[in-house]
Amino acid sequence: MTLSMNLVTLLYLVASVFFIQALKGLSHPATSRRGNVFGMTGMAIAALTTVALIVKIGGDAGAAGLGYVLAALVVGGAIGATMAKRVEMTKMPELVAFMHSMIGLSAVCIAVAEVAEPHAFGIVAAMGDPLPYGNRVELFIGAIVGAITFSGSVIAFGKLSGKYKFRLFQGAPVRFAAQHWINLAIALTTVGFGLAFWATANWTPFLVMLALAFVLGVLIIIPIGGADMPVVVSMLNSYSGWAAAGIGFSLENSMLIIAGSLVGSSGAILSYIMCKAMNRSFFNVILGGFGGEAAVAATGGAQRTVKSGSPDDVAFLLGNAETVIIVPGYGLAVARAQHALKELAQKLGERGVNVKYAIHPVAGRMPGHMNVLLAEAEVPYDQVFEMDDINPEFAQADVAVVLGANDVVNPAAKNDPKSPIAGMPILEAYKAKTVIVNKRSMATGYAGLDNDLFYLDKTMMVFGDAKKIIEDITKAIE
Amino acid sequence: MHEISPFIINLTIFVLAIYVGYHVVWTVTPALHTPLMSVTNAISAIIIVGAMLAAALTVTPLGKVMGMLAVAMAGVNIFGGFLVTRRMLEMFKKKERPVAKKAE
Repeated sequence: MTLSMNLVTLLYLVASVFFIQALKGLSHPATSRRGNVFGMTGMAIAALTTVALIVKIGGDAGAAGLGYVLAALVVGGAIGATMAKRVEMTKMPELVAFMHSMIGLSAVCIAVAEVAEPHAFGIVAAMGDPLPYGNRVELFIGAIVGAITFSGSVIAFGKLSGKYKFRLFQGAPVRFAAQHWINLAIALTTVGFGLAFWATANWTPFLVMLALAFVLGVLIIIPIGGADMPVVVSMLNSYSGWAAAGIGFSLENSMLIIAGSLVGSSGAILSYIMCKAMNRSFFNVILGGFGGEAAVAATGGAQRTVKSGSPDDVAFLLGNAETVIIVPGYGLAVARAQHALKELAQKLGERGVNVKYAIHPVAGRMPGHMNVLLAEAEVPYDQVFEMDDINPEFAQADVAVVLGANDVVNPAAKNDPKSPIAGMPILEAYKAKTVIVNKRSMATGYAGLDNDLFYLDKTMMVFGDAKKIIEDITKAIE
Repeated sequence: MHEISPFIINLTIFVLAIYVGYHVVWTVTPALHTPLMSVTNAISAIIIVGAMLAAALTVTPLGKVMGMLAVAMAGVNIFGGFLVTRRMLEMFKKKERPVAKKAE
């Protein structure tokens, strides 16, 4: 039975449905693992169908070409599998940024191949025929988005890892005069070259367009501060999907269009959720609203004092509490303290203390980051609550323990309409009967603000490295 | 249906796929947003379909090299994405509660 294009398209449809099932499975941890298997199966179906398609279009030469495919797949697959096995959960944001860059560059490579040999992809009748006009538009859009995704993700990777000396990889934003106008001019020029390609199908405008797009990717990410990365990573996630969809249009391949759109929507929704959680508009974040700006003038000149305490003091408070709500922040991840925290919570649980965790949507460096860190430390997920669910419970909690979180618990967001974070939803830790805050020092958080929570009478500051402090507290309980 | 351009049909598919994606992704629980990101990374590696066509069917060295690079990079995401997602989802398994402290 020879393979008909109808069957190919139907098999792609099956694979698409499997991908949708994979996403649906993520509605609850219990269904999620099965969903992931659907995803893997869908990808296998798509790949095998494409193998059959290659043999159909290319005959014997096509079948021989599959050898190249297999070789490349083995290399790529081995690298990917090794990374998946070894990556530490605290480094997940970097891995995700790296993976986005791979998709972006892959899209660019396919676009180049398509310009070089449209006949190979079955979109023109004879070798040497020019690419149809419609395909050219889709192609240049996919290539631009792919290039921006690649270079933007490389910069995001650098900013997230925080350990490179290269200036563009520093967390602090890079700003220069008329930056946004320059970016706009470059963006318009890039599209201009794309249109020139559309008109002429020549290599020169295509390559110039690609080069500009790579530069643009760098330029749009560098003004964004390191702690706004949750939005940036979500945005690049979305772009990688649109790049795939754009290539899909140019190849007239429904599989790429559908899967690319699923990913594009997913990233867009995550970006929106992150922005809502910071009460900042997407444009404000992307145009580098925060970070690096002259520090907000300290309120008055009066030095405010904080109450500070020791791990023993904390152990006493926790041991005698009925309900404790823990607010973990990025500082916890940096200190690699999630396992120590779980030990502490377990010890408290054995003493009959009710322990819950409160997660703010933008805690960490990517959506859901804190949840994964806690899961890795074997914290049961039914003790972990999202902000909207746990906020009403702070008022009844005996102790709120803030670990490495800052802006997300700052009451100024609610009380001070002039604050830069005014209106941002926060975790209402200030309502608990006692508040314990662990930080390394009194340095301000990302928004450069002083946190009113620290100065309340009911708040005890405990300075030091989170891991050490938590371990000391655990030892002191008993 | 024969007079409809493929572009219009693809556009229809595109719009419907966005709509489905929108509604499905809103049902993802926030606790699993990180695995969502890694699994969508894996799904975006569907670009391997285009890459495979490039690697297998092109005849010039440029086409072949571009195709192979594209396959390799997509391969990193397929294996990396699905496997890291699986690794994370395993962490969310319910453990046996250590209520063994309750003696007798």
